[in-house]
Amino acid sequence: MENIQLQVSGLIKRFGTETVLNGIDLSVRKGEVVVVLGPSGCGKSTLLRCMNGLEPKSAGTILLDGEEVTSDSKKIAQLRQKIGMVFQSYDLFPHKNIMDNITLAPVKVQKRSKKEVEQDAERLLKRVGLWEKRKAYPRELSGGQKQRVAIIRALCMNPEVMLFDEVTAALDPEMVREVLDVILELAESGMTMVIVTHEMQFARAIADRIIFLDNGKIVENSPPELFFTNPQTQRAKDFLQTFAYEKRRTAIN
Amino acid sequence: MQDSGISVLFMGSNFLRLLEGLWVTLRISLIAVILSIPLGILFGMFMTLKNPISKAVSRVYLEFIRIMPQLVLLFIAYFGVTRAFGWNLSADASAIIVFVLWGTAEMGDLVRGALISIPKHQYDSASALGMTKIQTFIYVVVPQTMRRLIPLTINLTTRMIKTTSLVVLIGMTEVLKVGKQIIDANRFEYPTAALWIYGVIFLLYFLACWPISILAKKLEKRWR
Ligand SMILES: Nc1ncnc2c1ncn2[C@@H]1O[C@H](COP(=O)(O)OP(=O)(O)O)[C@@H](O)[C@H]1O
Ligand SMILES: [Mg+2]
Repeated sequence: MENIQLQVSGLIKRFGTETVLNGIDLSVRKGEVVVVLGPSGCGKSTLLRCMNGLEPKSAGTILLDGEEVTSDSKKIAQLRQKIGMVFQSYDLFPHKNIMDNITLAPVKVQKRSKKEVEQDAERLLKRVGLWEKRKAYPRELSGGQKQRVAIIRALCMNPEVMLFDEVTAALDPEMVREVLDVILELAESGMTMVIVTHEMQFARAIADRIIFLDNGKIVENSPPELFFTNPQTQRAKDFLQTFAYEKRRTAIN
Repeated sequence: MQDSGISVLFMGSNFLRLLEGLWVTLRISLIAVILSIPLGILFGMFMTLKNPISKAVSRVYLEFIRIMPQLVLLFIAYFGVTRAFGWNLSADASAIIVFVLWGTAEMGDLVRGALISIPKHQYDSASALGMTKIQTFIYVVVPQTMRRLIPLTINLTTRMIKTTSLVVLIGMTEVLKVGKQIIDANRFEYPTAALWIYGVIFLLYFLACWPISILAKKLEKRWR
């Protein structure tokens, strides 16, 4: 296929004797948005962490732009500049203000001029409505604001791929939207993304393709409409069922 | 105020002698702290290594220093080492060695605590941004560790200042000893001198430690 941005083949990951990922094959095209779903503990985070080399793989290959994601520490640091990641836990650097959180890596890792990076940061902060917070420290921000900053911090490295690992899972419900909107906007701008989420409506809206992971394998790989309306496997049906609520009580008479 | 003990303070060079006595222990504390900080940082980093042997070695060292009263360590250094090896360590040198050993152990434990208190996701997010291990250490780990460490280090310094008065027991003439000498010399003429002298010593210690504690509190507040 043309324009493969990220190619995972035969990926196996074990923790001790536990095989968490057992032969994952997945390719993500440029500009494609892939949403990874699956029950808790099925290895979604592990898959993402293998994709940017945070977790060394047990077997298989992962190619980013045709380059192997190795565990060689020098090379992987280089490669990670192309692949941004945002986590579930708020992971801003507590000793730096918002602007310095964003500019640290582009300046120190990519050796870009601070001024140029600050211009990028300004544009992005304004777009998500956090420009006034540039001098604030992470502890002064709400969870939703912190996650938006974390996204911008990753974007300022000008990555080709973004990985999102349940970035709204730790948020209060009313803050979920403001973060998901930023990701939706990113999708419109054509960013290649792999997203793990438990927000089903969001998944349906943003995905070009849904990957359903269970027992260390991809058991479904289909367009969102098909996955949500007509899942092919019983496991996916059961999984989707856990998000559905039925009216149990009839009216009180 | 006839016969008041306070006048003893201003007789001859008494007050100056007290200050000199205080300086004996302050100087030892300062030297010990200045040497203990870099050694403790190295020791603390050594303690975080995953290697079981380095872990055991550092554990034994830390426990040994903690279990032994500083007084015993001082006696071992001053009398024991002299006997056993025939080295003639001065009281000054013994005191500095003992307090550096103690300071390194305590500082090391503080450094270890600060290092392991940095959450794993700080390392993850730094790596995910393309930082190498060294860059992560310099820009993410060290600044956060420092913030936690500075107030703790200052507290260690004040503890050091207070504990170094033990050197009197290996024959050094520190402030308490000077005070005692002054009191003894004036025992009959000014029976109330003891109160004044000890009061002044208390004040001197307070003046030495108080600004340091204030500084610690300030930094703690600023770097919450
Ligand atoms: N560092 C680790 N050491 C050992 N086991 C791990 C580690 N990380 C994850 N696991 C295990 O791998 C499995 C998948 O975890 P994870 O990828 O976090 O799942 P998910 O993100 O889908 O909830 C879990 O059973 C978890 O206990
Ligand atoms: Mg997870």
